[in-house]
Order: sequence, then structure tokens, then C-alpha cells
Amino acid sequence: MQSLEIKDLHISIGDKPIVNGLSLTVNRGEVHAIMGPNGTGKSTLAKAIAGHPDYTITSGDVLVDGASILEMEPDERARAGVFLAFQYPSEIPGVSIANFIRAALQSRLPEGEELEATKYYKNLYAKMDALKIDRKFTSRSVNEGFSGGEKKRCEILQMAMLEPTYAIMDETDSGLDIDAMKVVAEGVNALRGPKLGILLITHYQRLLDYIVPDYVHVMWDGRIVKSGDKSLALELEAKGYDWVKKELAAV
Amino acid sequence: MNPLSDNDTTIADEAAANPVAGIDQEVGNFQYDVKYDFDAGSGLSEDTVNFISQVKKEPEWIREFRLKALKVFESKPLPTHWATKDLENIDFNKIRYYLSQGQRSKRSWDDVPDDIKKTFERLGIPEQERKFLAGVEAQFDSEAAYSNIKEAVSKQGVIFMSSTEALMEHPEIFRKWFGKVIPTGDNKFSALNSAVFSGGSFIYIPPGVKVSHPLQAYFRINAENFGQFERTLIIADEGAEVTYMEGCTAPKFSTATLHSAVVELVAMKGAKIQYITVQNWSANVFNLVTKRGLAHEDATIKWIDCNIGSRLTMKYPGVVLKGERARGEVLSIALANDGQHQDTGAKMIHAANNTTSNIIAKSISVGQGRSTYRGLVHIPKHLKGCKSNTECDALLINTNSRTDTYPAITVKGDRNSIQHEASVSKISEDMIFYMQQRGLSEAEAMSLAVNGFVNDLVREFPMEYSVELKRLIDLEMEGSVG
Repeated sequence: MQSLEIKDLHISIGDKPIVNGLSLTVNRGEVHAIMGPNGTGKSTLAKAIAGHPDYTITSGDVLVDGASILEMEPDERARAGVFLAFQYPSEIPGVSIANFIRAALQSRLPEGEELEATKYYKNLYAKMDALKIDRKFTSRSVNEGFSGGEKKRCEILQMAMLEPTYAIMDETDSGLDIDAMKVVAEGVNALRGPKLGILLITHYQRLLDYIVPDYVHVMWDGRIVKSGDKSLALELEAKGYDWVKKELAAV
Repeated sequence: MNPLSDNDTTIADEAAANPVAGIDQEVGNFQYDVKYDFDAGSGLSEDTVNFISQVKKEPEWIREFRLKALKVFESKPLPTHWATKDLENIDFNKIRYYLSQGQRSKRSWDDVPDDIKKTFERLGIPEQERKFLAGVEAQFDSEAAYSNIKEAVSKQGVIFMSSTEALMEHPEIFRKWFGKVIPTGDNKFSALNSAVFSGGSFIYIPPGVKVSHPLQAYFRINAENFGQFERTLIIADEGAEVTYMEGCTAPKFSTATLHSAVVELVAMKGAKIQYITVQNWSANVFNLVTKRGLAHEDATIKWIDCNIGSRLTMKYPGVVLKGERARGEVLSIALANDGQHQDTGAKMIHAANNTTSNIIAKSISVGQGRSTYRGLVHIPKHLKGCKSNTECDALLINTNSRTDTYPAITVKGDRNSIQHEASVSKISEDMIFYMQQRGLSEAEAMSLAVNGFVNDLVREFPMEYSVELKRLIDLEMEGSVG
């Protein structure tokens, strides 16, 4: 069972239910896109899976390769292979990207084992070259004073270094111009492969021109109301979300 | 004043059963039973002062100096009109003012009594000495148990010994500067120190001598209900340079311990003194220290001051910029964990033209911890070409933390340049979540955020000390989470 399984998930913020019975299975090697209008619970889903303390899972389950992660702390979920590329990544003043990623990798080693510095930098520079990121980048403090594009590239670099098995990408295209979006999409495409399952969350179809998904799901009012292949995204683009709304009303 | 001999109760065990709430400071939290040959008993009176002076076989002028200081101490009220009322919890009658096994320090670790030697070995002092120090003094309660300086350094004429010994062996230099930078009556605690001082370092660097490796002193409190009152005097003669580092620890006791030092620095024309403190006192220590330097023409005095631990620290290192183009700097980091209060800051007294001062203070408050910054920059009207920069940054780790800033900048003239910046930031839940999402535990995330906050200051520290500081921050954060 090499998959991220979301089973009939209900999520609340405080007393307010946001996600109302969402089920979805992302196998390794697949790219799924969740599309939907603002306020439908897409980002809530992403943060709740990662274990953000503000979101309460009231029922349902999330399984990573068959094991539930709901009792785990956010860091344990991360080490179990779940990566969240943030829509608004936090700034960490005074901590360089290189040191941050190093600490993240160190946290995955058993107690008493030290990450080997030379190997680490070799690996880091190789990944940066592959993602066409300037080497000076990693001495800057994490996200501090970054442009939208730089923040997203920083997320992709972390993803490349931490090698998760499941990546949830929350509005990775938001705030990016078309050139920046192409660069980020190239990065994600480079990481695609049989060992990684990707859940792309997006409001717009345009990202899916560059990262072509295997499956597209439409989210509405806290649940998935329609699923299909990449053509669904184009249909949605052409007809707008009102089309889904009307269809739902007809049922 | 009977020499006490029954100090065999295992206070460390009691302390373990009664840990002071707050912080994890396991590094220094151990105690060995030590028999003290000289004990002034509890409480403070003229008899106490006479006892100390007598066992040290001091000259009469010092005894008189002490007795006069005692009167000043008794006449001054606690400064609770501006400082915390917690000072009232110090019971001066319960404190033991002098405890030692003898007044002469040893030049070789082999000669240091076993029970004291194992304390310093456990703290890693002899090892550090071999690795990177030009000289070491190790004080155990009231007196230095060990002091030594590398031969190459002493051949240059450098004097480094405990001040107990220096006032006997080098009275001509000692007396000239002793009590001149910080007069007895400067404050209640400088008066207390002047009455009962013991130990501390005395350093003299001859003209033009640049000591390439640091000299280090380590101050260890071992006994319960004890007061440590070291007195340090450093004189760098014309064009001389020296770096001095001090470290401090004490075991965790359930009763209050008092540390009240006086440190005076004198930098003659063109001299440079760098004074580095990394204190890691346990959470029962009242740490009330007066530190000031006098910088002559073209001289530089730099205080690097890291205050981690203690119940209450009040410390405002200062520089009197007496000669033209003198430069004074204070770089400080204070970490106040639950139940702790770090009341720290800096004083810069500009007393000549074209003098420069720079203060960078960073404080971190965790849980119920409280940080206060008090600064004083004084530039009188007749001066010109003076520059002063103050930056205070506070980091709050949860909503209960408290931080106060009291910068007092008096600039009378208009021919000087002043800058002042202050910031308060918080480690947000989102920042911690972001780091946890990358695999760091909550404590690791906190540590990394705090280390990031102090990072630009720590870069100014010598390597060995920045590593030590990082380790201490990690330990503190581990204790503060969950």
C-alpha cells in the first residue's frame, strides 16, 4: 500500500466545519490536482494533513503507506514522508537556508549520528544546479525578504533535499508571474517519479499547463464533487466554477 | 567565626529532590562534598570582615578599605525604587561570606585538592587550557584553587593571578587602580563586594604586548547559601591587547545563592581589552555584578556578555570614554527562562571628543521569563564628534513573556551623532509549525529560531564560545518546551 489515503475526512476550525467527508487516494508515482474556488477548504485540507494545531480532524483518517498519521506530531508526520509546500512560507531570521535544510536532514538521523558536512554540501549544490538555483541563495536567511518566486523555489529546493514520499503543494502558483511559475513547474517536474506522490492544490488551471496531472478533482464546499483526467481542468477553465455549481444543484 | 568542619551533608541529593522550577542546566548541576578550612560563618558584621582580612593576612589599608565599605553597604538602601522587589528576598544574614581551603592557588592541577580538581575536570577546564588558552584561573567558592599562565606569556611580563595574591605581590600596580574605576559607593552591591571581596583575577599587560590567546577565569560556586564576591582588575598598558573570558556555574540549590562581583578594566593609550562572559548560573542565583572600563586615548574596550540562567541578574557593563577617539562596545545576549529575570544593559559615558560607543543588546524571554534592558548613554554639551549607536532587540517566546526597554540617552550638544533602534519580535506558532513540517521537533525548532535571532551577534564571538553558547541555548529550549 504505497499511498497517501484520505478517508472520509472531516475538518473543523474551532466549531466551524470546513471539510465535510473528503476521500482521496494518491499513489506513489501519481500527480493529483485539486481545484476549486476560494474558501472551499483546499488549504485547510493541506494544513490538517500536515498537523497544524489550529485544525481539528473531527472524523475520518489519513494513512501513509497504510498507517494512520493522525496521532503524530507535525514533525513526526514530516519524517514519515509527508511534505507540505506552503502557500505562505514563514521567515526564519538569522537562519540560512543551508543551515535550515541541514537541521531538517539531521532530525531524520538516529540519535548520536551526525550529518556529514561535505557530503551534505555536495548533495545540496548538485540539487541546486539541477534546479538552476544560484549557489549564493543558500546563505540567505530562510524566506527573509524573498520575492514570491524565491519563496517558492526555496520550497522546491527543500522538497528536493528532503526527498518526501508524498508532497502536498498548496497554491504553489499563487503570486507568481508566468516566468517564475515555469521555473517552479520545471522543478516539480524534475522531482516527479515513481517514488513520489504529489497532491497539487490550485485555484487556476494555468499551472496544470506546466505540471500535467494524472487526475483532476474538483472540490466544492468541503468535499470532492467531480473527478476526472486532465481534460476536466480544461473543461473547468472553459466553463468556470459556476458550471459545477449548476450541475450540483441539478443533482 | 569558628572554622566549620561538618559540611558532609549531601546537598546535591537534596537539591535533586527539590529542583528549582525552570531550566535544565545539567552541565553545572553537580556538587562534591568539600571540607573548608576557612569559614566566616553566616551573616555579615565587622567580625566577618576582620576574619576575611585576617585569614588572607592582608595589609592594614585593605582592612580599613573593607570596613569603610561595610558602612557604605549598610547605609545604602536596596535600589527597589527602580529595580525589582525580588532583591528583598536576599537574606544577608543567612549568607556565608567566605569559604576556602586556603589562600594560595596552585600552579599545577596535580597540586589542586582532589575534590576541587574533579569539579573543574568535569567542567572541562584543564582540557580547554591545553587547547586554546594562554592562562587559566579557576576559582572555587571564595579563592582561586588554580591559576597558571603559559611560560611564553609570562616571559613577556604579563601578570595573571588571583587578586588575593596580586594585592600582596604587586601592591604598586594593584593599589594604583583598585577601586578607581568603580568606587566603593557606586551602588549597594559594589559596596558589599568592596567589604568582603575575595578572589577574582588580576591582569597586567605591559606596554605593546599583545596576548594572542585568551586568558580565562572560571568561577564556580559549590556551597549552599554562599556568596561569591570576586574582584577583577585588568590593566592593559599603552598599546597592549588582551582577551579575557569568564565562565560561571553553580549547582541547583533550593536556597538563594549570591554572586556579586566587581570588575574594573583600564585600557591605557591605544590599548585593547575584550572581556567575554558566558554565565550559566542555576535558577537560585542572584547575580548582581558591577562592571566598568576606563578607556584612554585611542583605546578600545569591548564587553561581550551572555547571561543565561540565574534567578535575577542585574548587570550593566559600562565604558568611560576618557581619552579622545576611545571606543566602547557592549554586545549582550540575555535569555530569561521561566521564573528568571534578566535585568541587563549598558552604560556609555562619553568624556572626550570623537569618542564612539556601540551597544547591541538582544534578549530572549521564555514562558514567565522577564527581560529588561536599561541603557545609559551620556554625551555632555561641550563635546563634539562623538558617535553612539544603540540597538535592542527582544524576542518573546510566548504571550506570558515580558520585556521592558529603558534606554536613557542624554545628549546635550548638537555636534554628535546618535542612533537608537529597538525591536520586539515573537516566535509565532506558524514559524514553529513551518519548521516542524520539515522534521524538526518543537524544541529543535525553538532552538533554531533563537539561535537565528542571536546569530549576527554570536559571529563576533571566538569560535569556542559561540559553540558553547549554541549548546546552552539548545539545552534551555529543550527545558522550556512541553
